Amino acid sequence: MTEPEAVVRVRDLHKKYGHHHAVDGVSFDIHRGETFALLGPNGAGKSTTIEILEGYRDRTDGEVSVLGIDPGKGGLAWKARLGIVLQSGGESGVMTVSEQLRHFAGLYPNPRSVDEVIAAVGLEEKAKTRITRLSGGQRRRVDVALGIIGRPELLFLDEPTTGFDPEARRDFWTLVRLLKSEGTTILLTTHYLDEAAQLSDRVGVIAGGKHIDIGRLDEIGGDDARIPRVRWRDRDGMRERRTTEPGALVSALCAEFGSEPPELEVIRPSLEDIYLRLVAESQAEAQAVLA
Amino acid sequence: MSIVSLGASRVRYETVGYFRSPDAVFFTFLFPLIMLGIFTTAFSSSGDVSAGPGTTSISVGAYYLPGMVAAGILLSGVQNLAVDIAGEKGDGTLKRLGGTPLSPVSYFLGKIGQVFVTGILQAGLLLLVAGTVFGIALPTELSSWATFAWVFVLGIITSAFLGIALSALPRSGRSATAVVIPIVLILQFISGVYLQFYLLPEWMQNIASIFPLKWMAQGMRAVFLPEDFQALEVGGSWDLGAVAIALLVWLVIGLVLSRLTFRWIRKDA
Repeated sequence: MTEPEAVVRVRDLHKKYGHHHAVDGVSFDIHRGETFALLGPNGAGKSTTIEILEGYRDRTDGEVSVLGIDPGKGGLAWKARLGIVLQSGGESGVMTVSEQLRHFAGLYPNPRSVDEVIAAVGLEEKAKTRITRLSGGQRRRVDVALGIIGRPELLFLDEPTTGFDPEARRDFWTLVRLLKSEGTTILLTTHYLDEAAQLSDRVGVIAGGKHIDIGRLDEIGGDDARIPRVRWRDRDGMRERRTTEPGALVSALCAEFGSEPPELEVIRPSLEDIYLRLVAESQAEAQAVLA
Repeated sequence: MSIVSLGASRVRYETVGYFRSPDAVFFTFLFPLIMLGIFTTAFSSSGDVSAGPGTTSISVGAYYLPGMVAAGILLSGVQNLAVDIAGEKGDGTLKRLGGTPLSPVSYFLGKIGQVFVTGILQAGLLLLVAGTVFGIALPTELSSWATFAWVFVLGIITSAFLGIALSALPRSGRSATAVVIPIVLILQFISGVYLQFYLLPEWMQNIASIFPLKWMAQGMRAVFLPEDFQALEVGGSWDLGAVAIALLVWLVIGLVLSRLTFRWIRKDA
């Protein structure tokens, strides 16, 4: 096998609402076992794209295959292989956590153990509590639990950690790594770029419905975007220089100062830096086209 | 899991959910009972009613009982499901279910089964309280209960489908009660639930005769009122054949509309 099997295949996807192009030519593949993060500003077309993949929305044009099936024609057997964590809703939640999970487990042919899933999302103590009495972050964990209860081959996580405290977010990351180690393919959207950096193998960036860049976490944005910056203080104030050889610069600075350079930092661009730059460049281009 | 066994699991789930929702329990389950209590108490001093001089007379409470049983069927089916499903559409419940391998048929079975179970409990409670607390004499003949059974079953299934169909009308979960309750309330006023049907003007009777509640109430009057009261009906008889036909027609209309309008989410073109 030269190419890993594509669990999700999107080619030149278009979605129009009237004259508005919500998705305007997006293409990507997600391979089996991979975690793929789809990033972009609000209104970029992420949710529309995901909802087309989940079978909720029809597409205007383009080719889409999810687990080998066109989502527009996916039946119940196809849905049984998916796990969907939508952006949070406001469901009434009169059931307890364990009642809700037991019920949803019953909808799938080969579900996970309810107790194990409750433990995995850290809600053991709330198992007998009605969902409506949970905090926002706890309710979100129920959403995640409902998304994985059916032992999905492909899991959609649409902004899964909104409302989580930092500790809950770390716990969630551990859970996602566990799912990944079991072979689950994951499509993630998030506004937390550190989360995307922690969890994903590859990243796709879209803005204005258009695809901007796609690549492995260590290649997105190109080499130029990853050039580190060295920052220090001298008599004139803060100084900063981009260089591909930060070690050489630091040792030259040490020699020059004859001691530790004050407030020395070597900063490697984070995914967030690279992402913001990509989005800013694309907006500048869009404006240039308009002007 | 088969569509039917999942449907059974949904009935259980929906029924538990219904009894944990105070709004639904008060406004659709207990409401007819409360109204019966009010009518019985308010008119307790105004004497018995009869179809004419020399005919069997009954208490006001006994006269209102069939209307309240019919109203219970309408509320449990139409009002409950229309508000419930519109809410589920608005709050994301349906969207979540639409992403699972749950067949819409199982979902419908769950809703209809819930209406059926709670409708039976409601009618049972209503009759129990009527018989014990309000001292209303219930029919003793098997044939009356056979009529009760088919009018109830046909009425409750028709109401359930009409509730599913009507849930497509409100634009949001929040506006659901504002859209649904007036429709249901007006029907109760013109169909012989709160006001005696034979006293209404003919044009109002004609309008009411288009809708199913009038027929449910008429069927229930045939069950619970003495034979003499037939004289007060529009055609001078209970006309159970027409009751069956009207309810069957509405059942088919409700089924077709439910099938045509139901969506897990509001899809766009």
